[in-house]
Amino acid sequence: MIEWFTWLQLAVAFPVGLLCVLLGLAGRKPADITMGATLLVELLLIVQIVIAVVAPLVGNAPTGSPLEFWVYLVTAAIIPPLAIVWGLVDRSRWSTVTLGVAALAVGVMVYRMYQIWFVQVA
Amino acid sequence: MTTTTPTRSTGAGRVLIAVYGLLALAATGRSVFQLLDDFEKAPVAYSLSALAAVVYIVATVALIMPGERWYRVAVLTIGFEFVGVIVVGLLSIYDPVLFPAKTVWSLFGKGYGYVPLVLPIVGMVWLYLRRPRAVASAPTAGTAA
Repeated sequence: MIEWFTWLQLAVAFPVGLLCVLLGLAGRKPADITMGATLLVELLLIVQIVIAVVAPLVGNAPTGSPLEFWVYLVTAAIIPPLAIVWGLVDRSRWSTVTLGVAALAVGVMVYRMYQIWFVQVA
Repeated sequence: MTTTTPTRSTGAGRVLIAVYGLLALAATGRSVFQLLDDFEKAPVAYSLSALAAVVYIVATVALIMPGERWYRVAVLTIGFEFVGVIVVGLLSIYDPVLFPAKTVWSLFGKGYGYVPLVLPIVGMVWLYLRRPRAVASAPTAGTAA
């Protein structure tokens, strides 16, 4: 993990999540902005996967359990595509809320990954 | 079909299903890690994690699937979750030795933002609103166990 990139992910995932939940509750159907924002969350996760593969090779290893870290990362990377597919199939405002819930969940999971990588307390 | 069971996958129910799906995914992920990592450390807690994960998956499916049978499955699994989060929540406070490791239900689901505590309540309200309604002259009514 690279610290600033992780913060960037959080700075994207949480506002995107809030935006989608609010737009969804306001009655908006999934649109380019909400779908695109969720896609951005996914792209950042894919970059994070690349970083997590490369970082230990150049001496930046997680302080916590690598297995636990990877379970979180892989699970998180599955979520946005599912929400996007859902948004394509079900064109209702609730799909927009679902996009938001997905982005928020990714945010929480990235934060957990951050803890596992950087701040292990025995 | 002698009763009509309103579909449970419309409107706000879809968000409920999405959140259930997420929790199923999260619980499964944690469970897989715990089973792979160090099962011997806390077999009770880890077995429970695995059981909780399976129940969340079944509940998610039951909410999506139409029909009365799946409705009953949804009631059972969501009821089980509610009992689970209360019992394990209490046990994890009063008997931490039994639960040295985290499960999705420990401390009433604190590690998951209390979602495991709130979700079954929301789920049961939703199921109640969407309960099967008897249709006039339903001959097989009452055969449900």
